[in-house]
Amino acid sequence: MELLTDAVLLSRLQFAICVIFHFLFVPLSIGLGLFVALAETRYYKTGDPKDKAATKFWAKIFTTTFIIGVATGITMEFSFGTNWADYSRYVGDIFGAPLAAEALLAFFLESIFLGIVLFAREKISKKLYLVSTWLVFAGSALSALWILIANSWMQTPAGYEDLGTKAEITDFWGAALNPSTIARYLHTVDSVIILASFVVIAVGAYYLLRKTHVDAGKKFVKTGLIVGIVSVVLMLPFAHMQATVVAEEQPAKFAALEGQWEDGPAAFTILGWVDEDSKTTVGLAIPGATSLLASFDASTEYPGLNTTENAVSSFSAYPGVKAESYQGGNPPVNFTFQAYHLMVALYLLLIIWLIIAGVTLKGANKGKTLGKAPLYLLVFGPLIPFLCIQSGWIVAEVGRQPWVVYNLLKTADAVSPVVSAPELLITITLFVVFYLVLFIAWLRLVLGQIKKGPQVEEAPAAPKGGE
Amino acid sequence: MLLSTGDPVHDIFAILWFLLIAVLLIGYFILDGFDLGSGILYPFIAKKENEKALVRRAVGPLWDGNEVWLLTAGGALFAAFAPAYATSFSGFYLAIILVLFGLIFRAISIEYRDRDPKWKKFWDIAFFLGSFLPALLFGAAIGNVIEGVRLVGAGDIAGTSAAAVASADTAAWFAGLSPGDYAGGFFSLLNPFALLCAITGLVAFITQGAAWIALKVPVGSELHKRAVSARSIFNILELVVFVLTSAIFFIGVAPTFDGRSLLPLAYVFAGVFVIGWALARFFISKGNDLLSFLATNIIPVALIGITAASLFPNLIPAAVNPEGPITYFLLPGADIPADSITIFNAANSLLCLTAMTIITVIALPIVLVYHVIIYRTFRGRISEEDTGY
Repeated sequence: MELLTDAVLLSRLQFAICVIFHFLFVPLSIGLGLFVALAETRYYKTGDPKDKAATKFWAKIFTTTFIIGVATGITMEFSFGTNWADYSRYVGDIFGAPLAAEALLAFFLESIFLGIVLFAREKISKKLYLVSTWLVFAGSALSALWILIANSWMQTPAGYEDLGTKAEITDFWGAALNPSTIARYLHTVDSVIILASFVVIAVGAYYLLRKTHVDAGKKFVKTGLIVGIVSVVLMLPFAHMQATVVAEEQPAKFAALEGQWEDGPAAFTILGWVDEDSKTTVGLAIPGATSLLASFDASTEYPGLNTTENAVSSFSAYPGVKAESYQGGNPPVNFTFQAYHLMVALYLLLIIWLIIAGVTLKGANKGKTLGKAPLYLLVFGPLIPFLCIQSGWIVAEVGRQPWVVYNLLKTADAVSPVVSAPELLITITLFVVFYLVLFIAWLRLVLGQIKKGPQVEEAPAAPKGGE
Repeated sequence: MLLSTGDPVHDIFAILWFLLIAVLLIGYFILDGFDLGSGILYPFIAKKENEKALVRRAVGPLWDGNEVWLLTAGGALFAAFAPAYATSFSGFYLAIILVLFGLIFRAISIEYRDRDPKWKKFWDIAFFLGSFLPALLFGAAIGNVIEGVRLVGAGDIAGTSAAAVASADTAAWFAGLSPGDYAGGFFSLLNPFALLCAITGLVAFITQGAAWIALKVPVGSELHKRAVSARSIFNILELVVFVLTSAIFFIGVAPTFDGRSLLPLAYVFAGVFVIGWALARFFISKGNDLLSFLATNIIPVALIGITAASLFPNLIPAAVNPEGPITYFLLPGADIPADSITIFNAANSLLCLTAMTIITVIALPIVLVYHVIIYRTFRGRISEEDTGY
């Protein structure tokens, strides 16, 4: 078996397992951080014990999730050195700074104030506690900024000089605010907020389904719905920005999104299949639709995969492409293609689910008996944004292959030369086993916390206890 | 190889970052030292459920911020001396992954233990092992680095000049082992000096942990008594292990680097160790919990000081004689082994270091303010009510 002896393949497999696992928890915790802060803000204004219960409830789920994100994040920071030593040597001058800045500026912020949010409710003033919840969210959003700066630099390097075995930074802001940073940040942060809003809706729907904590359930569906609508709508301009950047900077990835082999206007395929051997793509396509998405003009021409396969000295024939000194190399096309179309299809499902949530909420507010089917759909709704986020990142990361630093360093050249296949087999096995244990532990706890629901503390003269 | 980057300003920044990383590590070993130590002592001195809860509560709100110091030190090593980060993390691969799993399970066990009564045995074991493994392996890693490790040869690993790197065959560089890669195996990391360093670190952490628990739990409780006696025993062990390690250092390690410019400073830090130890001993005998705890924190300062002083200007010294256990020379005016990774040949660019310095100047005071806030919020002893029991 080639897989058992190929250290490059194994390193990639290990990184994929670790980063996908990590990114199940990170988006949820960043997004839920917002809902914790929102709930606490409401409690700050109303002083209603029910709102306090809601903060406590979401803070519990948030921290149960957050801690796994933090712990598995250590893996990611270490992995550049452990598994990608030549990569670290090549990019250290640029990549290390955002990583260290992330720790200094963001990790301390979120971890310290999380300690306060968890343990100090009774020890500090209400106002300071409110500020702490917002600071935890700010810390996690800031941490996302730094790590996405690092990722974006790898996708669209800027502000550097290539010295052969290392890249050296020549312009700090040029590197930090490289062409894809802003679009990627907005796209990513918006996606994690969508995810959290779907989780909040799902928990609300679960209470409506079980007819427990009904008041809280309605409130959750409402809050999730409002935030969900805003963030799903905002995704349109952000996705457009992202598409434009990919078209401009990563021509091979852009061509792979639609499996476009020949130069010309880019279509949008609704359902299709790419045969990489015969270099053909079959499917039901709307001509020019992707050109329209990326440039607001259906006739804009983009280079196809037959062109992007090889080095291209100038893309001057294509006004929508800015890439320079392009070295060539196509990613696994069908994989990128299918992941992209899955992401788009899931986005459309998000809209449908928000409509279901809206109708459900209206029914619940009018006191109607709610049908079970829509509630079940909402309960399982979070699977959609989870899958959507993962497939989006597969597009971003598989789509830039064979490069780990676009046009500069190939993934195969980036591994640690001293780490052997047997060592990798040991560590992959350990990661799979340990991460599985963590996943089960997390799932049990979170489901238990949801089942228990928000616990309203006995108010001095409450007419009736609980809900 | 010259002991310079070729630019005096760049040299100053390289030295500054060497010092800053040492400071970050000191911050880490002071702050995480006591909660690693608490985790190691946890199964032994906390017998009843309420006692276990007290120990967990003593580290509960604090460990996360503490651990960030390690992440920051790792990030800083990457950001300031990328080749050293690459070589050490890939070279000590299995050991680093073990530390990693320790840190992961420890973190999660602290947060999950109270919420997950069904798995409490599992989380208790995770808390102990997750504290024990890193506490042991940090010292082992430091011991190996002080001794020097086998590195793949051939010179200019980071490229002190663009021309030097551009002339290298980059395809060959990426294809096989890279200059500066670790060339020893996993088991050569387990040598006597490194193992003694591991135990030195471990005992220091446990002493800090015992002093912390004694400081935080109710006076007069059984738990407090046990913590006080552990504090006293491990404090004595600390000196015994340090003397043993020093003996091996003087007999086997130090003679190989006579004349190193900063080595005398290592002896000064050894003096700091002795003074710190004596202070701790004094306060322990007086039964003063706060001052005992503070004094035990002088030990990690001294240990990192000794490490930094005996390494400088190396980050990862190369073994001169791969056959022998002890490895490198630096006589006055002589070059260090050409393959060693030093702060000069591994320094990231001046612009990178400047940017990092600006970020640090802005962030570090804020970070310190956070720590003041959280330690003030959670100051004082924990009562049984705080634990929810």
